Amino acid sequence: MTATVERATKTPSELAVAPPRRRRSGAMLGVVAWIVGILFVAPVVWMVLTSFHSETDAATNPPSLFAPLTLDGYLNFFGASTGASPWPPLLNSMTASILSTVLVLILAIPAAYALSIRPVRKWTDVLFFFLSTKMLPVVAGLLPVYLIAQGIGMLDNIWLLIVLYTSMNLPIAVWMMRSFLAEVPVEILEAAAVDGSSLAHTLRVIVMPIVLPGIAATSLICFIFSWNELLFARVLTATVAQTAPVFLTSFVTSQGLFLAKVCAAAVVVSLPVLIAGFAAQDKLVQGLSLGAIK
Amino acid sequence: MTTTLEKPRTQRPALRRSGDWARRAPLLPALVFLIIVTQLPFLGTLVISFMNWNAYYPDERGFAGFDNFARVLTDVTTREAIVTTIVLTVSVVLISLLLGMLVALLLDRAFLGRGIVRTMMITPFLVVPVAAALVWKHALYNPEYGLFNGLLTAFLGPNAPQPDWVSTLPLTSVVAALVWQWTPFMMLIILAGLQSKPLDVIEAAQLDGCTNLQVFRHMTFPHLRQYLELGGLLGSIYIVQNFDAVFTITSGGLGTANLPYTIYQTFYNAQDYGRASAAGVVVVIGTILIATLALRTVSSLFREEGSR
Repeated sequence: MTATVERATKTPSELAVAPPRRRRSGAMLGVVAWIVGILFVAPVVWMVLTSFHSETDAATNPPSLFAPLTLDGYLNFFGASTGASPWPPLLNSMTASILSTVLVLILAIPAAYALSIRPVRKWTDVLFFFLSTKMLPVVAGLLPVYLIAQGIGMLDNIWLLIVLYTSMNLPIAVWMMRSFLAEVPVEILEAAAVDGSSLAHTLRVIVMPIVLPGIAATSLICFIFSWNELLFARVLTATVAQTAPVFLTSFVTSQGLFLAKVCAAAVVVSLPVLIAGFAAQDKLVQGLSLGAIK
Repeated sequence: MTTTLEKPRTQRPALRRSGDWARRAPLLPALVFLIIVTQLPFLGTLVISFMNWNAYYPDERGFAGFDNFARVLTDVTTREAIVTTIVLTVSVVLISLLLGMLVALLLDRAFLGRGIVRTMMITPFLVVPVAAALVWKHALYNPEYGLFNGLLTAFLGPNAPQPDWVSTLPLTSVVAALVWQWTPFMMLIILAGLQSKPLDVIEAAQLDGCTNLQVFRHMTFPHLRQYLELGGLLGSIYIVQNFDAVFTITSGGLGTANLPYTIYQTFYNAQDYGRASAAGVVVVIGTILIATLALRTVSSLFREEGSR
């Protein structure tokens, strides 16, 4: 196995320069990297494998790696045994995540435009104000939000979560979109302005095509953060607007043999995030560092 | 007021002012929205923190002065929660930074299947936090059928020790699960730092006979410093606020209740609004200290980008 790894590390220039000892240690480090990667992914693999085992096979000690596969865990999770369907929470999560992401984009793209292409004065201060709101702990504003929502009858309403998730992701989106818009060549915009194009037209025809990949990455990251959110949803929703993470909290206390069901639940709820995350893999770090890293 | 600060331009003042507003207009919806939804509730928290307000005793509502703060800061539960929050945040951030850096160094070199290993490394970060905590609690930590004890039996035989991980090492269990989720985050940021390092200089140093260790200590590490700081500070901001793992793995029991969980408890179960708000204000003050540092780091990276 080491031999194959070694072969791949040799580029022609390295072959000429690198002494044999360094090449062998390089191959060793490749093997170490593989082992570390496998260790990190192992709990996820175990989660997926267990979700396809029967409850009795899932709860053996030592673990039964090669037990027959079955869909029972998934059937149980989707309500075959209990009647409590996870579909309403999953749909609520989908609604809250998608609509809040759309709202975030509607608010963030013009804001990012005013912070990069035609910057307002003191635009860095504004940018840092956006970031500073992200640093205010969620839990510190939770109670007034709860009391206001109670006062206007918005508790257990998905729109309340949509508004809150929008505010939660807006600073991230403004920062990300700004870093993408900063790559738009301003000369082209000026030429368009001279030709008499309106702002909306300029945005649509010139800016958008250049920054569309950025918009895609921003949306995926906002979607992930909204989908994952637990604290707001736990406090502000009950039966009607419950989201998928809140539904998962019903598995916190053990219920006898239910490991396959729990793992199936974890897989189903994580699937949209895994898909969005792998799709945004290359832009993930830019989003997580708020555009500070390219 | 704003016009006096403006750089002299050739346009007439009236025109210039309308131009300013045309520039500001796209910014305003986002700004107004954010101020209303994030800043006003915090003002509410500040007001309530000075009030005697428990939803179970609605008649006793009134001004409390600094009573809530005195109670929060003298209360054993809160003080323990403050210590837990610090221990949890510092250990998760430091361990995942260290592991993240080691993995990033491994992934910074060419080897067969590097892309696959990178994808495998990112996966833990893409499991929904509640789901990840559930899997750790039930599928890994469970003393009877969890994977950890299962592996102990598989390798050491039927007489292998079968510890009850969460009961015996509650805080460590939470830390381990969080480190697993956050190492990929740190790894991604540090890897971005490694890949932006000045390769020509390092190659020159290697040709001049510097050892790998010397290159790392004197060149790679100083270059990485700001990325380590960025990862550490962003990580701190998220992990200080962690609720999901504490709520799911230990339900705040066995000395793992951090401040967010305690505030949630005080407000959600005890309905003591005044005290929950005072604790919230304490968290905000703590976060501002970290956040000021974080902002400084981000702005230094930011300036560098601007000067490029």
